[in-house]
Amino acid sequence: MADSTQQTLVPTATELATLRPTLISGDKTPAQVTRDICAPIDRGPTGLWWAAFSVALTALAIGTVAVTYQIAFGIGTWGLNRTVGWAFDITNFVFWVGIGHAGTLISAVLFLFRQKWRTSVNRSAEAMTLFAVVCAGLFPVIHMGRPWLAFWMGPYPNTRGSLWVNFKSPLLWDVFAISTYLLISAVFWYVGLIPDLATLRDRSSGLRKKIAGFFSLGWNGSARTWSRYETVYMLLAGIATPLVFSVHTIVSMDFATAVIPGWHTTIFPPYFVAGAIFSGLAMVLTLMIIARKVMQLEDYITLLHIETMCKLMLSMGCIVGLAYGTEFFIAAFSGNPYEQFVFFNRAAGPFSWAYWTMVCCNVVIPQLLWIRPFRRNIAMVFLITIVVNIGMWFERFVIIVTSLHRDFLPSSWADYAPTTIELATLLGSFGLFFTCFLIFCRFIPAIAMAEIKGVLNDPPRERKPNKPLEGKPQGDAA
Amino acid sequence: MSLFSTEQYSTEQYADAQQHRLLATFEHEDDLLAAVKQVRQQGYKIIDVFTPYAIHGLDGAMGLKPSRLTWVCFVAGMIGAGGMLWFEYWVGALAWAIDVGGKPWNSLPSNVPVAFEAAVLLAGFGSVFALFAVARLFPGKQAHMPSDRVTDDHFVIVLDQEETQFDTKQVESMLSPFNLVELEERVVSAGEYQ
Repeated sequence: MADSTQQTLVPTATELATLRPTLISGDKTPAQVTRDICAPIDRGPTGLWWAAFSVALTALAIGTVAVTYQIAFGIGTWGLNRTVGWAFDITNFVFWVGIGHAGTLISAVLFLFRQKWRTSVNRSAEAMTLFAVVCAGLFPVIHMGRPWLAFWMGPYPNTRGSLWVNFKSPLLWDVFAISTYLLISAVFWYVGLIPDLATLRDRSSGLRKKIAGFFSLGWNGSARTWSRYETVYMLLAGIATPLVFSVHTIVSMDFATAVIPGWHTTIFPPYFVAGAIFSGLAMVLTLMIIARKVMQLEDYITLLHIETMCKLMLSMGCIVGLAYGTEFFIAAFSGNPYEQFVFFNRAAGPFSWAYWTMVCCNVVIPQLLWIRPFRRNIAMVFLITIVVNIGMWFERFVIIVTSLHRDFLPSSWADYAPTTIELATLLGSFGLFFTCFLIFCRFIPAIAMAEIKGVLNDPPRERKPNKPLEGKPQGDAA
Repeated sequence: MSLFSTEQYSTEQYADAQQHRLLATFEHEDDLLAAVKQVRQQGYKIIDVFTPYAIHGLDGAMGLKPSRLTWVCFVAGMIGAGGMLWFEYWVGALAWAIDVGGKPWNSLPSNVPVAFEAAVLLAGFGSVFALFAVARLFPGKQAHMPSDRVTDDHFVIVLDQEETQFDTKQVESMLSPFNLVELEERVVSAGEYQ
């Protein structure tokens, strides 16, 4: 029994509830959590789902046609020229890798920081990571022009020497970084899914029971297994955290190790990582705002979650804004005329419209999130996330195209405009991403049930009495 | 009977052996935690506890030792990093040395990123496969569990009823203050729930 001084210091359940809103609203029991989260799977596809799926699939089909065409006829079907050698494809690649980063931030970094609110969004954020990295990985392969030779990037003994891959090239580091990121994200996601697949198995019948049973690996909720499982989950979070920072760092080195003014800067790794998390959080919010409405999960993804993610997004947006400013300052301060010219050209050259779109979308408009009523207005947040998504795509476009199109030799200056094929490929990547995401929402619990059940009582609240066991005396659990 | 006779403990006999288990079901994690502590304090043997989610402090209450899987992660990561560093050195400096931008053939800084990725990859896969091995999880495995509801909302303690001093009545009165939902005696084949 605690002494009286200690008792006055410890807040009661009711006091705690007034200090901090509950993570999950609606006073749920674990059984309700299972029912609510499995409801969209049990219900089957709605008309809205079919509509969204048809649109996504159409976009994917258009993209597939475009990619097939450019593989058949070569990358001359793009708007690239001798001066602008990288443009749309690499922009899309960096954009999609960036999107993936917020998923790992939420699932791994916030896990290490013991942020319990992450449980409502981590499953879908991880799924988003997985699909975004798949989209990202496709672009460098398409960009090769001869994608059937993609296996040349692997270090395998071959008949050309063996002529090995060049481990000193950041482009090869990228191959290893992106594939490791994809594999570790997939494993992390799957390991988190096992207990939920077991729940799905035990409440279904027929084919779904068989499939869930196969993939749940005979999971039975044993405390011994849980104990080991928690250890491995923490280890995965621990290694995924440096991994996610390394991935965009390496992506930034594709640029930073080149001698191109506008690329050759030491600020790139942290600037790219912050930008990646910023754009990824915007995409998570876009998806969550739609998903909570369509799947009726408002009790699980509450205003608290949206507001917290808005704050994270705002802080990342400010870091990105600071990086934009720093780049300009360093360019001016460097005394290097080429560096100075590139930045002057960005803000006032032929692509200034893209630059100012980027600044407005990424730096100016997100400042609205300082205001609490805006953070709690879902329509407003949704609009801001779309704006940030657009802005972050333009950021990569600005970095790549404006640094290239006016190079050291004025006689080789060139313009760049995407062809229909390039636009269709971008559309197709969105189609692939949303097709995968919609299939995920349809067949897999979109929220981690086993994790939500663990935070139902956070902050602790008054307990409802249990149903008494027949003929047994009821006592105090303490 | 000789010292090495397998007569008494043959596998067939062991598999056929029936064991008595007492299953106590709860609906709340606090009840389960308190009950586990009480059961262990009274000296009863817990075969296992089944819960729908990971419960903070349960491994401590059950007296489970911290998992050694962290070592698997560390060793696999070191093998990944060391192996890849060696491979990069061999490829870049020995097998077919190529001068790239005047960098030294064995350029450690440029070998670090790929070695790091290899470390992460092996550490991740190593710990997950080690988990599957020690927890005996594999695709298509039949789940052995006391009730379908342990993956939904029930918490079950499985007690060993084999011990001679086991008194079911006493256990029942010991557990009922913890909002016991159900108490069931079950005869299972050996190894079940382990």
